[in-house]
Amino acid sequence: MVQSQVKVFDVERIREQFPILSREVHPGTKLIYLDSAATSQKPRSVIEASTDFYERHNSNIHRGIHRLAEEATQAHEDARQRIADFIGAHSAREVVFTRNATESINLLAYAWGRANLKSGDLVLLTEMEHHSNLVPWYMLAEEIGLRLEFVPVTDEGTLDLEAYQSFLREGPRLVAFVHVSNMLGTINPVAQMTDLAHEAGALVLVDGAQSVPHIAVDVRELDVDFYAFSGHKMCGPTGIGVFYGREALLEAMPPFMGGGDMIKRVHLDGFTTNDIPWKFEAGTPAIAQAIGLGAAVDFLNEVGMENIHAHEQSLTGYALDRLNEVPGVTIYGPEPALRGGVVSFTMAGVHPHDIAQILDSDGVAVRAGHHCTMPLHERFEIPASVRASFYLYNTMEEIDRLVEGLHKVIKLFDIE
Amino acid sequence: MEDLYREQIIDRYKNPRMRGSLDPHDFSYEDDNPLCGDRIRIDLRVDGDERVTEAAFSGTGCAISIASADLLVESIVGKKLDEIRKLDKQEVLDMLGIEVGPIRLKCALLSLKVLKASVYGLDTIEDEITLE
Repeated sequence: MVQSQVKVFDVERIREQFPILSREVHPGTKLIYLDSAATSQKPRSVIEASTDFYERHNSNIHRGIHRLAEEATQAHEDARQRIADFIGAHSAREVVFTRNATESINLLAYAWGRANLKSGDLVLLTEMEHHSNLVPWYMLAEEIGLRLEFVPVTDEGTLDLEAYQSFLREGPRLVAFVHVSNMLGTINPVAQMTDLAHEAGALVLVDGAQSVPHIAVDVRELDVDFYAFSGHKMCGPTGIGVFYGREALLEAMPPFMGGGDMIKRVHLDGFTTNDIPWKFEAGTPAIAQAIGLGAAVDFLNEVGMENIHAHEQSLTGYALDRLNEVPGVTIYGPEPALRGGVVSFTMAGVHPHDIAQILDSDGVAVRAGHHCTMPLHERFEIPASVRASFYLYNTMEEIDRLVEGLHKVIKLFDIE
Repeated sequence: MEDLYREQIIDRYKNPRMRGSLDPHDFSYEDDNPLCGDRIRIDLRVDGDERVTEAAFSGTGCAISIASADLLVESIVGKKLDEIRKLDKQEVLDMLGIEVGPIRLKCALLSLKVLKASVYGLDTIEDEITLE
C-alpha cells in the first residue's frame, strides 16, 4: 500500500529541541509545562537565531551602508516575508511588526480608530475577549464617545451567533473578536463571522494570539481586514508581534507612533510618512526578535501546523476525559471538536491559587487566576480558574501527572 | 509545598473561627486582590478605650489568605487600635508560621492591608465611624 505522506509527528524528537524541557524545577522534579497559552517555550533554533544575530550581524537596520547593516536589514525583512507567507498575507507590506498582539490592537484603535470613528459609532466586541481587546476600545470610547456592545457567551462557552447577527443589524463600524479564547479554548467561526460582518458593512479585527501558534491561519481565506498576534506564544521571542492589515486599509491609515523609520522626510515645518509597513514602525525595532520569529515560523512549518493541531486535539480530548473523572472538577468551554489546546477548570472547595501551588510542587506549571478575562469569569460567576494549556511538546503522560496532582489536592484539603 | 499547606492553614481555611460579620460595627473595611479575585472584609467593634472588643471577617480567597485573615482577626481582639496600627507584616507571617514566596505574599497580607486601612481610617476621619 501507499505510505502516508503525512510527516511523522514524534513528540520525543520535538521535545529534544526545547532545552528548557529537560530542566528540573525542584530538586529531582522535572518541569511539566502546561502554560503555553501564557507563553510558549522556545526551540533551540529560535534561541540560536537571536544569538547568531548578536554574535555575527548585529547592526541597526534600514539606514547603514556598511556590510553589517545590509545583512541585518536583509535578515529582518526576510523574516517579515516568511511570516507574511505563514499567515497567507498578499505581501510582506501587510505585515507590521509590533511588540505583541496587545500593541497591534492598540495600533488599530489609536491610528485607525481615531481617524475613522466618531461619537456614537458602534464597535462590536464579545464577552470572551482578553483584556487586550477590551481596554484599548474602552480608552477610545472614553476619548471620542463610542458605543460598545458585547456578543454574549453561551453556557457551552461558544459565542451566541444569533445575538451577533442582531447586533450586526445595528450597523457596527468594526467587529473585533478573538479567534481562539485563551480561557475557554473555543475556536470561533472566523470566516463565517467575517462574512456576516462584511455584509453588515463592518470591518473585522481578529485577535489571533491563541490561534496562529496552534492552527493553520490564512488571513486571505478568512477574509479578515486586520489580524493581531504575538511571537512569544508561537515559539518565538518576547517583544515581537504582528499587526496584519489589508494593504489598502494600511495605506489609508494615519501613522501610529512618530519617530525615526516611520518617516520619509522631516523638515522644520512637517514630515512625510514612510511606505507601509514601515509607516507604523517608529524607532529601532526589535531586530533580533523579528529574526527569531522568522526562525519560529520555519520551525512550525517544519513540524506542520496540521500535525500540531491534531496533536493538541488528542491531548485536549484526553485531558477532558481525565479531568472529568476527578471529583469536584467543573470544566469550562465547549466540546473537544470546537476547542483549541486550552482547558480551564475549578474545583469545589479549593481556590485555583492553592491548586496551582500544589501542582507546582510536582513540577506541573499551570496558570491560576482570571487569565486577563475578568468579564468572562464574571459571566461564569467564578473569581478565578485553573488553566492547563497544551502545545506541540506536551504528552499524555504530562496530563496524567496533572490529574495525579489534583488527587493530591483532594487529599491535602480532605475533600469528600 | 507541604510546609505551605500545614495542618493549621488547611484547618483555618476549612473551619475559620472568626468568620462572620458584625452589625452594627464601629469599623468595616473591604478590599480585594484583583489578581486572584480574593476579597476580604473585616468588621470591628471597639470600646471607649479604643480597644477591640469584637472582630470578624468575611469574604472569599485561597487557603493562605483565609487562614491569615482568621489568625489575624483572632489576634486583635483585646488589642488597642494603637497596637494594631503598629502591626507589621512579619507578625502576620509569624502567625501563619510558613515560608511565603513573593507571589503568595499578597494573599498572606491582604487581611493586614484591609485591617490597616480600616484603623488608619479612624485616624483621618475621627468621628465618621466607618469607611464603608
